[in-house]
Formats: sequence, structure tokens, C-alpha cells
Amino acid sequence: MHQFKTSCAKEKLKEIRAFVAETLGNMGVSENECHKIILAVDEVCANLIIHSNQCDASEKLELFVEDHGDHCVIFEIIDHGKGFVYDSYKEPDLEEIIRSRKKGGLGIMLVRNIMDKVEFKIEKNRNICRMMKKF
Amino acid sequence: MVNIEKQIDEQTGHYEIIVIGEVDASSSIHLDEALTTAMTESKHILVDLRGLDYISSAGLGVFMSNIQEIEAEGIRFVLFGMKEKVFEVFEILGLDQLLVIKKDKEEALEAVK
Repeated sequence: MHQFKTSCAKEKLKEIRAFVAETLGNMGVSENECHKIILAVDEVCANLIIHSNQCDASEKLELFVEDHGDHCVIFEIIDHGKGFVYDSYKEPDLEEIIRSRKKGGLGIMLVRNIMDKVEFKIEKNRNICRMMKKF
Repeated sequence: MVNIEKQIDEQTGHYEIIVIGEVDASSSIHLDEALTTAMTESKHILVDLRGLDYISSAGLGVFMSNIQEIEAEGIRFVLFGMKEKVFEVFEILGLDQLLVIKKDKEEALEAVK
């Protein structure tokens, strides 16, 4: 299990990506696949930092990466902000985004396209995003 | 971090935005500003993405949210030189169908005319 703890600031996204890149590289994930997985993790973390924690740098975000064997990696991202209600997520209509100039929902759309399994749950005072990807 | 430069081709008058580095939720504001400025100054805009190593939805959102105005203003707007891994991200959301994306500068110059 690999672990990375950081604060809820957008500037930390680069460090999160570097951590995921190094971890996946050590697991033997191809560069192309790696790029997409890093993107999915970055999108979830950006959402949590911006929407769940309003970029409050005193709040913490924890990321766990587990090599599940058999070419499968599992991510857990934990924060203590306002939870994301994934069940009510509706995939945005691109035409509507273009018309309204509202960009919301694009990140999760990428995550759902890239990852094989995505779960969000709110547990006591913490939010847990769990994602699985076969590579 | 992202580094964004602009240049205006003396011969053609085309406006070129050169994006180098990574565009994520913390840096997409710079792309947004560069694009907004370009759109007020020119109707022929090229975006050189040869140096772009990473783009997340925040960056894609900058392009998407300007598509309508680009069309309404009759702006010729062409992206070019994307690395394969970056292009794949545009493809996942189907943005490759909504934007004019060319392989190299030569093709881009042809398309922006």
C-alpha cells in the first residue's frame, strides 16, 4: 500500500500526479495507460479540493494506492469535507455545457470513462472515493 | 505549471497561442485569460499544443465554454500539435468532434485561413 497525504490546495495537484506517476511506474503500468489513470485521480482530487473543501489548505486529503495483483490497481481518496453525492450525478450533455458555459461535471465524466469501477461513500465524518482500474 | 506565450504572425496576421507544460485546475485560469484576450484581438487563432504535456477537465472546459462564442463571432480557431496522450483526453469527451484539431502547423495554417 502506498500512501500520500496532502493539503486541500489546488497547487498540490501536481504533487499528487507525481506521486501517482511514480507508484504506477513501479507497478509496470504502460505510459499511455498511466497518463489516463493519473488524470482520473487528479480529477477526483481537484473536485474534493475545490468543491468538498473549498480550497481550504488546513484540510487534509489522503490518497492510498494498492497494487491488487493481477494487473489491477485500487485507489482510495479520503477527505473530511462536504461529501460528494455520487448517486445523484448525471452525466452532463456536452451541448448543454457549450450553451450554458457551465463546465461542471466534465471531470467525473472523464473518471467514469477511464476507471473500471468508481464508488463514493460518506462514512461518519469522512468521504471515501474508491476506484479500481485494470491495466 | 503552464507557460503561455502569444505571437502575431507578421505576414498572415494570425494570432498564435503557445501552451507549454501542464493545464490543470490550478493553472487553467491562465489558458482562459490567454484565450479571452486572443478572441478580442483576432479572428484567426492558432493554438500550438506541441509543448502541452497534460490537460485535465479544467483545461478542456476552457475550450468548451468558448466554442459558442468562437462560432458566433466567426472566429477561425485551430488547435495543433497535440501529443497522442493529450489527444486521447479530448477524444474521451468527444471534443475532437467539436473543435478543429490538426496534426501539425502546416495543416493548421491551411485550416485557419
